[in-house]
Amino acid sequence: MATPATVRYLEHEVTIYRRLWRTSLVQSFLAPILFLAAIGGTVGKAIDRHGVGHFGGATYIEWLAPGLMAANAMQVAIQECFHPVLGGFKWTRNFLAAASTPLQPGDIVVGRLIWVGTRAVLMASAYLLVAALFGAVTRAEAILAIPVAALTGLAFACPASAWSATRERDDSFSNIQRFGVLPLFLFSGAFFPISQLPAAVRPIAYVLPLWHGVVLCRALALGHAGLAASVGHVLVLAAYSAAGVVAAVWAFRRRLHS
Amino acid sequence: MPADEPLITARGLTKRFGSFTAVDRVDFEIGRGESFGFLGPNGAGKSSTMRMIAAVSPVTSGTLRVLGLDPARHGPQIRARLGVVPQEDSLDTELTVEENLIVYGRYFDLPRPLLRRRAAELLAFVQLTERAGDQVEPLSGGMKRRLTIARALVNEPELLLLDEPTTGLDPQARHLVWDRLYRLKQRGTTLVLTTHYMDEAEQLCDRLVVMDGGRIVAEGTPADLIREHSTREVLELRFPAGGNDVDLAMIDGFAARVERLPDRVLVYTDDSDAALARVGTAGLMPEATLTRRSTLEDVFLRLTGRQLVD
Repeated sequence: MATPATVRYLEHEVTIYRRLWRTSLVQSFLAPILFLAAIGGTVGKAIDRHGVGHFGGATYIEWLAPGLMAANAMQVAIQECFHPVLGGFKWTRNFLAAASTPLQPGDIVVGRLIWVGTRAVLMASAYLLVAALFGAVTRAEAILAIPVAALTGLAFACPASAWSATRERDDSFSNIQRFGVLPLFLFSGAFFPISQLPAAVRPIAYVLPLWHGVVLCRALALGHAGLAASVGHVLVLAAYSAAGVVAAVWAFRRRLHS
Repeated sequence: MPADEPLITARGLTKRFGSFTAVDRVDFEIGRGESFGFLGPNGAGKSSTMRMIAAVSPVTSGTLRVLGLDPARHGPQIRARLGVVPQEDSLDTELTVEENLIVYGRYFDLPRPLLRRRAAELLAFVQLTERAGDQVEPLSGGMKRRLTIARALVNEPELLLLDEPTTGLDPQARHLVWDRLYRLKQRGTTLVLTTHYMDEAEQLCDRLVVMDGGRIVAEGTPADLIREHSTREVLELRFPAGGNDVDLAMIDGFAARVERLPDRVLVYTDDSDAALARVGTAGLMPEATLTRRSTLEDVFLRLTGRQLVD
């Protein structure tokens, strides 16, 4: 029976990962440990002592951990889709190699994004496990936050792949990280409610995907997710992912079949 | 397709990128088992032609049939039966030599047990058996090239496309690559290659075309091309500095053409002994003389000019 072409490309990513999983495993656990220890454990204790009351009855670390899980998924997904994608065209050229086989450009990019999504699920699971060990997650429904965090990752991974596939050089990546991803990470409601933001900038958070991922992961973990709002958040994340896939397939085709 | 039909047919084949015409209405046919070369300076359109044959670059106009199929409609089917050795290495440097072959073979949906057997055979063929378990990164340029050739053979292609297969290799590595390609040719694999090394073309090509500015400017066997576009022999005369503008009227009738280069004068002739004797009787005193057979390089420079193409 024929293996679907996207899966055949996915096998390539898995083969590479078998060489690199140790580094990746350390990264998967280190990020949540550091963040939850540093911010959840210390800043969180101070906040809880003053009882500021923005966190719907939860402690700060309970409130922080699920949102941070979504924000972390974004960061990792973007990292996976900047240099490695440009490199597939320019440095390792493994996309060019794959394109000279029966694989079509769409198979290559979709296969790769399935892999990025799989990695995002694994990373989110590690995050949740660490959060549970920190006592930051207690409810079983929190497990639903794993696919939501992964989808948040894809909402960035897909458009980021499209962007990288249109680049000749890597100089835009660090600027996007600095002036786009980092502010988004800090101001999308993972560390504090966006009701604290000036009303003028709040719409930016509503329009971009991260806030939706953060809020939904948190609602699931704290057990107050409403159906309508949840569906709305998922639709926003899915729309960014879908538009990103379309753009990425277009960009890969333009580059590989020029 | 019938066995006597050409493996590749191009009619009025054209490739434009915006307003730039990379390949301009070229016609050629390549038969099964043939070893065919595209020669030309940088920017002549060789690689663009190869990419169209490889079914990764849409044809702008004209017709192209590869293995009897239209690349626009049957890209994946064509690519399933091709082997491609790109100009620049595209190996997975983090993986081992053997893994590179298996991962690539999976793109063709070949089963892993078959690929493991085939990888062993191919690594023996390109003399990399001892390196099967090593990572690719530290391999020499010649080894990487041989591995790329092995990888291109993993699907047992009917047609092997090689874009400048030995550019950047040292002489030993080049000869080893040529030797392997020659064996493939003997086994009946159709080879299509681009090169700007004339010795490579003479070694490997049964037939070739010279491209310049997107057009085919000459076509034939290496011997045909030398016969048509050059003389049998070339007499090279080296004069003391500044002495190149000597009057060579006395060899009129013995030379088909005289070319003055900054450091020497080339006399294209069918009888270099007679030409040299006339130079001597005219009292000219070249510092050094050299008589040699015409090569494809002479043809190439004649057809594509001596201007540097960057």
